[in-house]
Amino acid sequence: MTATVAADKVVRARRVPVSRGYRFELVKLVSQWRIRLLVLACWIAPALFVAGVSQQSTLPSDTLFGRWMHATGWAGPLVMLGFAGTYALPLLSSVVAGDVFAAEDRLGTWRHLLVAVRSPRRIFVAKSLASLTVILLLVAGLAVSSAAGGLVSVGNQPLVGLDGHLLAPSDAAVRVLLAWTAALAPTLALAAIGLLGSVALGRSPMGLLLPPVAALVMSVAQMLPLPVAVRLALPGYAFIAWNGLFTGPTQLGPLLIGIAVSLVWALLATALAYLLFLRRDFTNLAYDGSGRRALTIGALPLVGLTALTVGVVAVATPSMGSGIKQDKVQRSVATAFAHLYRMQTEQLHRPAVTEAQLRASAACTKSDGQAAQEGAGNDWRCVVTWHLPGVPVPGTAIYQLDITSDGRFVADGDGPKEVNGYFLLRTSTGDAPNPLWQFDGNVELLTPH
Amino acid sequence: MGTLHAVVARGITKCFGDVVALDGVDLDVTQGQIHGLVGPNGAGKTTLLGLLLGLAVADSGRLEILGTPVGRAFGAPEGVSGFVDGPGLYPSLTARQNLAALARLRGLDAGSAGIDDVLDQVGLTAVADDKARGFSLGMRQRLGLAAALLTKPRLLVLDEPSNGLDPAGKRHVHRVLTRLAADGTSVVLSSHRMDDLEALCSEVTILATGRVVFSGPLSKLAAENRELDYRVRTSDPQAARRLADGSDGIRVVDDAGIRQDDELLVVRALVPALDELVASLVRSGVAVRELAPVVSPLEAAFLALTEQEQEAGR
Repeated sequence: MTATVAADKVVRARRVPVSRGYRFELVKLVSQWRIRLLVLACWIAPALFVAGVSQQSTLPSDTLFGRWMHATGWAGPLVMLGFAGTYALPLLSSVVAGDVFAAEDRLGTWRHLLVAVRSPRRIFVAKSLASLTVILLLVAGLAVSSAAGGLVSVGNQPLVGLDGHLLAPSDAAVRVLLAWTAALAPTLALAAIGLLGSVALGRSPMGLLLPPVAALVMSVAQMLPLPVAVRLALPGYAFIAWNGLFTGPTQLGPLLIGIAVSLVWALLATALAYLLFLRRDFTNLAYDGSGRRALTIGALPLVGLTALTVGVVAVATPSMGSGIKQDKVQRSVATAFAHLYRMQTEQLHRPAVTEAQLRASAACTKSDGQAAQEGAGNDWRCVVTWHLPGVPVPGTAIYQLDITSDGRFVADGDGPKEVNGYFLLRTSTGDAPNPLWQFDGNVELLTPH
Repeated sequence: MGTLHAVVARGITKCFGDVVALDGVDLDVTQGQIHGLVGPNGAGKTTLLGLLLGLAVADSGRLEILGTPVGRAFGAPEGVSGFVDGPGLYPSLTARQNLAALARLRGLDAGSAGIDDVLDQVGLTAVADDKARGFSLGMRQRLGLAAALLTKPRLLVLDEPSNGLDPAGKRHVHRVLTRLAADGTSVVLSSHRMDDLEALCSEVTILATGRVVFSGPLSKLAAENRELDYRVRTSDPQAARRLADGSDGIRVVDDAGIRQDDELLVVRALVPALDELVASLVRSGVAVRELAPVVSPLEAAFLALTEQEQEAGR
């Protein structure tokens, strides 16, 4: 006769709670030198960078808010955010989320982990949460460090918004925080793409490269003259749409759409990674990615989501064109000019004027009126007109505009000399940058007019 | 009182696509014994160990582990531990950190989980605070065993635990496994090292092409009616050869594939004929200095049984 070991003493295996698995995954992640190095770099390097650049005589004026780095500490974190959206955040997502599953393949530890945790589902959740935590820590480091670097080296001064109006330091602080928070959504989308690549492609380096490649493709797409609906349907748009927080009124529409699209991408890519992970055969030693299944389960739904989002945005908003129209450009330039003119007036201690008194307007043409008066390009030319109390002849100034496909523009002063001809203004307290010499602006793509 | 079994498997079948990894496998592992699993590469050993560890589920058949029927869900019952395809260790953590992280994962207090004790049992106390990255294969094997011991298993499943072990490491591992079995833990281990299996196991199961070709005590395997080659070293090799040539049931083998030695005689015989030869050597005044099988009974049985199975499969 045979009998199995006393059944009354045996309890069915308890699965390891997600909280313990999460802690285990965090310990593993934090023990890696490259993660420690990244954390250190993200919490230190931005402060040094912002402080260093703020002390230079030449500022990165081709980067949004770069020209204001001498003026306020709040410009630094925004310059860093512009850089992070293009390079740092995709790379960070790649190194953390793009490797979190593949690392177990490389180390040959899947069976060990499964024997210990006893639930692939919980392993997936724990790994995803641990990567998310590390990514949040890194993003927080970039934001806090760059803000600290700016505030310590330059100070807590008002920030000039994208329409030229001054934001009080407290207001600027809130908007900087909101901008970094908004950038979390596309970062999560990239992280989810990283998870998907890590699950689908196993130890193949392509898994690790997926987030930067996706970010690069989306960046290139944003530079192309695509319809607004397509632009907004890409999860990377929220890396740009935070610009709308620094205009008055705030351009919330594109930002909210960008965030929503990014979050849907994050959810879908994570769900697809989850499905692929649960279908994996952990007893197969030769497993090296799920190949064709990765394409059908992983990539096709995301392509479908993009098509669906384009359709929804196109139906919900009148946005199948470039979104850059003559009247919108004129209004944006005139508004920014009026705000900045008042700033220049104050710097030069001239009698204060209100915007109502200025009645600034702009007449803008593209390609000297020879082409369609809409779309991106560096061939926009604007003549700005304004009025001063007691002066019968209105003032005029000329600007050459370089408008990019995402609606951002740089207006470069082309005379007269006394308004926008010189980079520096001679004020009673010394030389100061001339706000009207060159300024940044933003055209909201979604509004019809 | 019947025999208690830690594992009872009946008719276990597992396929991977068109490949039949296990084909109606029966297995009984007695509580408190070390059960060896042998077979050529691709015989299904790792698949069977994976089923015991809950890494996969059988397509059909019945499996009971520690009294609990294993269903369709992944995960083995509480009390099962071990590793297949080598231990899973994280190179960026030290030996102690690897064990502490595992202890916390299993809900144990890392301080009182007996980490120092298991490190001592496997002989890794001196390198407890070294990163696992620099560990040799043998040290990794021992740390893997320590990780398995940490959970105080009642069924320990080990795949090639002696891989890469030096003699001292092997002694540590053998001592640990023997003590565990004495304390009532059942151990299932697969190995290609027949000397390990003969030293440790009371029972073995031989698998070939996914089927069980033998399962039972080692003594039964050795007693199977099978001729073996024996090395006989005597004081007078010439006389010994003459006597062997003249004995019934004894055949002198000159191409046994072992190192040539003038003092050594290799004979092929069943055990009773060999007994007769030894008696006649002694009666003739020839001293027998060494008598041992050229290959162990287990290895001989393994080769014979697996070759038969493979030929049957052709």
